[in-house]
Amino acid sequence: MNPALQGILTIVVGVGGCVAYFYLSNQFLDRILFPPRGPNAGRNINRANAIRPWLFLFPAIFALGLYLAYPVFETLRLSMTDRSAGGAFVGGENYSRMFDDPKFWEAVSNNFLWLLIVPAASTAFGLLAAQLTDRISWGNIAKSLIFMPMAISFVGAAVIFKLVYDARPEDVAQIGVLNALYLQFGGAEPITWLTVPFWNNIFLMIVLIWIQTGFAMVILSAALRGIPEETVEAAIVDGANPFQVFFKIKVPQIAGTIVVVWTTITIVVLKVFDIVFAMTNGQWETQVLANYMYDKMFRANDWGVGSASAMIIMLLVTPILVWNVYNARKEMR
Amino acid sequence: MDNIAGKKPALTWAVHLSVAALVLVWIFPTLGLLVSSFRTTDQIRSSGWWASLFPAVQNEVFRAADPAENRVERDGVFTVSGNLYVLDGRADSVEDVRAEIQSWGTSSRAISAYGPGETADLGDGETMTVEVNGDYVWSGKDDQISGRGQRIFVTAESPPEFTLGNYQTVLFDESNREGMAKAFFNTLTVTIPATIIPILIAAFAAYALAWMEFPGRALLIAGVVALLVVPLQLALIPLLSLHNDLGIGKGYVGVWLAHTGFGLPLAIYLLRNYMVGLPRDIIECAKVDGATDFQIFIKIILPLSFPALASFAIFQFLWTWNDLLVAMVFLIDSSGETTVMTRQIVELLGTRGGDWEILATSAFVSIAVPLVVFFAMQKYLVRGLLAGSVK
Repeated sequence: MNPALQGILTIVVGVGGCVAYFYLSNQFLDRILFPPRGPNAGRNINRANAIRPWLFLFPAIFALGLYLAYPVFETLRLSMTDRSAGGAFVGGENYSRMFDDPKFWEAVSNNFLWLLIVPAASTAFGLLAAQLTDRISWGNIAKSLIFMPMAISFVGAAVIFKLVYDARPEDVAQIGVLNALYLQFGGAEPITWLTVPFWNNIFLMIVLIWIQTGFAMVILSAALRGIPEETVEAAIVDGANPFQVFFKIKVPQIAGTIVVVWTTITIVVLKVFDIVFAMTNGQWETQVLANYMYDKMFRANDWGVGSASAMIIMLLVTPILVWNVYNARKEMR
Repeated sequence: MDNIAGKKPALTWAVHLSVAALVLVWIFPTLGLLVSSFRTTDQIRSSGWWASLFPAVQNEVFRAADPAENRVERDGVFTVSGNLYVLDGRADSVEDVRAEIQSWGTSSRAISAYGPGETADLGDGETMTVEVNGDYVWSGKDDQISGRGQRIFVTAESPPEFTLGNYQTVLFDESNREGMAKAFFNTLTVTIPATIIPILIAAFAAYALAWMEFPGRALLIAGVVALLVVPLQLALIPLLSLHNDLGIGKGYVGVWLAHTGFGLPLAIYLLRNYMVGLPRDIIECAKVDGATDFQIFIKIILPLSFPALASFAIFQFLWTWNDLLVAMVFLIDSSGETTVMTRQIVELLGTRGGDWEILATSAFVSIAVPLVVFFAMQKYLVRGLLAGSVK
C-alpha cells in the first residue's frame, strides 16, 4: 500500500478509533452497565463515576506502561542476560564486561564533560541574552533569531557546524569559517577541528549549546519579567549599580527557574546522540553514552552490554526524576 | 525599570551592540548553509560562502578547443579561436559571459604571466591571446597547433552569482538516487499521524487527571512526571522485540506507535497543567445543568484548551520531524525504501562529505519546514515551553 495512503488511513483509524472508544465506552457504562434508573439509580451513578476516570485514562496508561514503563524493567532484565546463550541469566557479567571496555570509560568521562559544560554555558548565554534583549526595542526579533536553532534538527545542526569546522588543504581557500578566521589571525595551517582529541568534544558541545541557548533564554526571560518591580526599584534607590541589580536582586529571585532550565538541559545532554552520531560517530575520543549504547546494540548486536549502558543513562537521570516528582507533588498540595 | 535611575546612553549602546553581536554569531552558521545551497560546486570550492556576497576572484584552468576539429589554416598559419567560457559550457554566448579576466598564463608555474589582451609568445612563432571576456586566439605552425588543446590558466573576477540548480538536483531530479524527494515524503508520512494520534489520547487522560476525583490520581500524575524524563534509549530493544513478536516489524506502524508512546508524557503533562487552570465555574455549571463528563470534555474543555493543544502539536511535530534515532530503530529497514530525511543526510555526510552543494541543499530542505512552522507558530511554542517547564 502507498505509505501516504497508509498514513491517512492510520490517522482516520487512530483518531476515529479513539473517539469511538471514548464515546462507546461511556455509552456502555451509562446505558448498560450502570444505568442511572431503576431501584439502584443512586448507587449506579456513583459506580459509573468511579469507573469513568479509568475509561478516560486507560489508553494513555496502556501506552505509557507499554512504551515507557515496561521497557525500563525489560532493559534491566536484558542487561543481566546473555542473548547468545538463549537469554540465560548471567547476573552482573555484562556490566563487568562493560566496565572493562576503555571505550565505555571514554564515553562516561566525555558525558561528564558534556554535563558540566553544556547546561552551564547554555544557561549562562540564555540568561545573558534574556537580560539584554529585554532592554531594547528590537528585542523580540533578536530573541526569535536566537531561539530559531530550537527548530533545527540535531542532524541539520551537525551539517551546519560541519561546514563551520570544515578544513581544506593549506594552499586552497578555506570554506570553513573557523579555519578562515584561524588563518586570518595568525594560525600556521588549517586544523581539522573534529579530529583533535579533547577539543573536538568542545566543538561538538558548541552545537548543542547553540541549540539550547534559545530555550534557556525564553524561559529565563519570562522569569525575569515576573520579578516584582519594587525589589529592583528599592535596590536602585539604595544606590545599586546595574550589575549589582542583576546579580544580587534579579538572579536570586529566579534561582528556581534557573535550576529548572539547568536540569532540563541536563536531561537533553544525557540523551545526546544525533550530534555525535552524525559528526564524528564517536571517533577521535568523542564517544558519549547514548552513542556507545547504539553502537553496542545495533552494530555489535550485543544486547547485554547495550542494555547495561542504557541502564547507566537511566541511573544518571534518576536523581532528576526523583527531584521532579518531589517538586510536582509539593506543588499539588 | 530601566529609566528609574536615568538611562545611560553609553550603556544602551553597549546593549544594542552586544545583542547585535550575539544575534550575528547565532545566525551566522545557518546563513552559511543557506547561502551555500545556492552556490555551484566550483563556487563553493573556490571561496568561503561569506565571499559569495561580493565579486569573487577565482583561479581556473581551461583548455583551448581540440585542434584536430577546430583549427583553421590561413597562409600556412593554423589558428584555433573561440571563447573559453562558451567552450566550457559556462555561458551560452559571448554576450552572456559575466566574468572578467584579470590575468592569465599558459603554465601552472606562472598562472598570471599576462594581462587581458596581451599576446603570449609560446616560442618559435606560436602565440596565444586572451581577451578580458575570455575570447582567445591560439595560432602557430602545423605541428604546434595539434594534439590536445593548449591549457590556459585564468584568474577572473566574477560577480556574485546564485543558482537554483542544487535544489533542482536534490528535489526534482528523478535520476538522482540520493535525492531528497522520497525521504521528504517519508518524513511527512511519519510525522503527521505521529503528531495527531497522541493528542486525543492525551487530552482525555489530562482531563481525567485535572478534573475527575478518584483514588490514585496524585500517584498517576507523579508517574507521568517521572516518565517525562525516562530516556527513550531504554525502550529501543524491548519495543523492537515486541514489535517483531507482534508482527509489526520495522515500518510505519511501528514508528507511529513508538512516537505516540514517547510523546504522551509531555502531552498529558502540558494539557493537564493547562486544563487545571480553566475556570471551575464553567465546569460546575455544566455539571449542574446535567452534562456528562464526556459532554463537558468534548464541548467545553477541548475547545478551551486549543492553545495547549497547539503547543503540544508543534512540539511533537518538531520532535518527530527532526528525529533520527526512533526512525532508525523502528522504521528504516535494510531496503532503505522508508528512509527519512535525517537518516538520508547522515548517509550523505558519510558518502558525499566534501560535496557541500548537495549536503547544504539536502540539509536545508529538511530544515526549511520546521523553520516555517517555528516562525509561524512561535507564540504557541513559547507558551508550551513555559507551561512545560516553569511549573
